[in-house]
Amino acid sequence: MSTNENPSKKPGEVETTGHVWDANLQEYNNPLPRWWLWGFYATVVFAVVYWILYPAWPVGDTFTKGLNTVTFMEDGEERTMHWNTRALLTHDMQSGKHAVRQREMLERVGEMDYDTILADVDAMSFVNAYAKGSFGTWCAACHQTGGAGVIGLYPNLRNDQWKWGGTVAEIEETLVNGRLGYMPGYRETLNSEQLEQVASYVLSLNNYDMDGDPVAAGAEIFTGHLGGCFQCHGMDAQGLTSQGAPNLSNNLWALVDVPGAADDEERVARVAEFVRDGIQREMPAFADRLSPTEIRVLTAYVHSLGGGQ
Amino acid sequence: MSQPLYQARIPIHPRSVEGRFRNLKYGILFLAYAVFFLLPWLRWERETGPSQAVLFDIPHRRFYLFDLIVYPQDIFWLAGLLMIAALLLFFVTGLAGRVFCGYFCFQTLWTDVYMFLERRIQGERPARIRLSNQPWNAEKILKLGATHASWLLVAFATGLGFVLYWADAPTMVREFFTGQAAHAAYVTTGLLTLTTYTFAGLAREQVCTYMCPYARFQSVMFDRDTLIVSYDRARGEGMAGRAKPARDLRSRDERQQAGVGDCIDCGYCVQVCPTGIDIRNGLQIECIHCALCIDACDAIMDKQGWPRGLIRYTSENALEGGKTRFLKLKTVGYGTAILIIGTLLVLSVLHRPELDANVSQVRQPLFVQMADGSTQNSYEIALNNKTQRRLDLEIRVVGLEGADLDLGRVEEIVLEPTQRTTVLARVRYHPEPGGSPSRLPLEFEIVEREGLVEPVRVGSQLSLRP
Repeated sequence: MSTNENPSKKPGEVETTGHVWDANLQEYNNPLPRWWLWGFYATVVFAVVYWILYPAWPVGDTFTKGLNTVTFMEDGEERTMHWNTRALLTHDMQSGKHAVRQREMLERVGEMDYDTILADVDAMSFVNAYAKGSFGTWCAACHQTGGAGVIGLYPNLRNDQWKWGGTVAEIEETLVNGRLGYMPGYRETLNSEQLEQVASYVLSLNNYDMDGDPVAAGAEIFTGHLGGCFQCHGMDAQGLTSQGAPNLSNNLWALVDVPGAADDEERVARVAEFVRDGIQREMPAFADRLSPTEIRVLTAYVHSLGGGQ
Repeated sequence: MSQPLYQARIPIHPRSVEGRFRNLKYGILFLAYAVFFLLPWLRWERETGPSQAVLFDIPHRRFYLFDLIVYPQDIFWLAGLLMIAALLLFFVTGLAGRVFCGYFCFQTLWTDVYMFLERRIQGERPARIRLSNQPWNAEKILKLGATHASWLLVAFATGLGFVLYWADAPTMVREFFTGQAAHAAYVTTGLLTLTTYTFAGLAREQVCTYMCPYARFQSVMFDRDTLIVSYDRARGEGMAGRAKPARDLRSRDERQQAGVGDCIDCGYCVQVCPTGIDIRNGLQIECIHCALCIDACDAIMDKQGWPRGLIRYTSENALEGGKTRFLKLKTVGYGTAILIIGTLLVLSVLHRPELDANVSQVRQPLFVQMADGSTQNSYEIALNNKTQRRLDLEIRVVGLEGADLDLGRVEEIVLEPTQRTTVLARVRYHPEPGGSPSRLPLEFEIVEREGLVEPVRVGSQLSLRP
């Protein structure tokens, strides 16, 4: 229990609040040290200065803006506005040290030819760092982060199956003008048995152990006039980059999920279904959206992903 | 009940003193100031890089310490250094009390200089007290003005001196006074000028008693064997307490017969104390163990012709007639820890590879199958040339039979001194049909073609379809 007696105070002794617990436990009533008080005043001064410099008080549906301190270019005109992170970012992207350095390096790489870029460690180091971002912005929506693609939808850029060719010129062409891939469906031409025969033949090209009879029949359809597959894929099924026709003998499947099938029967069914329906796909052109320099950097990057030719 | 809103600082006007510890303190002060102010001016020849012996180059992310160049990757050295500093503080405090506070702390050193200036301008303690009590007049304005001006000058020199560690010193000084130096230089100098002036000039012992946490936890580092500055109460007070050397109490024999101790209550030990305490009241939080009261008391004892040491560095055990033990589990433990960390730090500094290589495997996707049936993994190899020479590097894959390294068309990897770069590498491998594990260990070996640096091997792995 606390009692409220103020013990007699000798001169110079510290004042107490007068509360006494347990016979002699007292509470001192020391004044604040002066330095503490000045520290408190300093925070008040800081608040006022802050209020003048930065956005601070909400007023109705607006707010006090503070002084205009951030300058940046907008549509070719210089603009100065109050401090906010968006203006700060714009300012930094235009005149920040690293943004400027990146722009300079980008221009330097943009002026190199592909042979120089691909053989230069530093240029490739920049390409890898910079294009990873561009790739994320423009390409990853389809080709996935890192370029792994999705079977049946978007090609894998990490392997060396280059449907439209893997030289820098061909990759650049793909980026600039886009590509239109088309394989006709054979539902009218081939019956389901023939479709399965073609499928067996194609799978046999990829070292799957298929029965001899359907394979032979499938080969005939593939290389003969009935199927005419050879016109795009070639007599030995090696593909034709001018048509965007893939090599069918390397066991890399961009459009049919063969690796994901459980057994031969399912593999044949999947390939046959694909041949029956055909496919048409489009890669958009990027000439309008990206500058030649950015296309150059992206081309070098894609070239380096899987080991371009 | 009226009560002041705040408590003003009780002014302390320490008297000057001469003696062993005062000389030691001057010696340390002189050394510390010499190092702090002159070190940035020391030139140092390097093959590449600035010609300043100690330079903390923030824009280029490099610290130059004589022949050692510290890169951001070596930041863990700082952890070692901080651990050593903390342990050293515990170790020394456990042994000899707050010697850091008393002799080495910046607050103590700079306050000491400020008091020295104050004394040179305003005179000894009585003169200063008189000056502080007298009304404002020309003399007071002049003397106080000169004092504060000299303090500000030292504060400014301190601020500028600190800034010189972060840029080429001569250039910096020239740029500073012609208004061309970086913003940060002016801000830092201004801030340090202000804080030095405030802390060493105005706040002084209040920093130690109110702001510094060290005083608050000194008790957990102290024990009964710790050497502390203490007053020998038994000797000083005797049976009847301390007494001034009045009649019949002048010689030691007379005093001892009267039961009076050796303390003549001259108050010299109180007057010299920079934190304004009376050491005769025992160990106090404000005591920074600067030992000036020892010098003061020794001077008095010498004058009386009595043995020194009425106030001395001693331990509680010794004061009670026991022996001071220094070899204890605590001191041995701290000492061993300091030795171990110190050895590790030195070994790490001496054995730092001159070529820094870091391999990170590309994880999106982790592996990919190639047309020829092989599996390909991609890696980013970050290389950092820490030498002062140009290195011509070659990368190989070792430790995995049949693995092919593909660097694309990159054939030359040349790193200029202190240059960094990242190399893209692809490794192809034909997995054995059926049942290989999902990952295989491999190593990248980076070799300097002319053998200028030791080959570096970095372990990584090759991922396969599980």
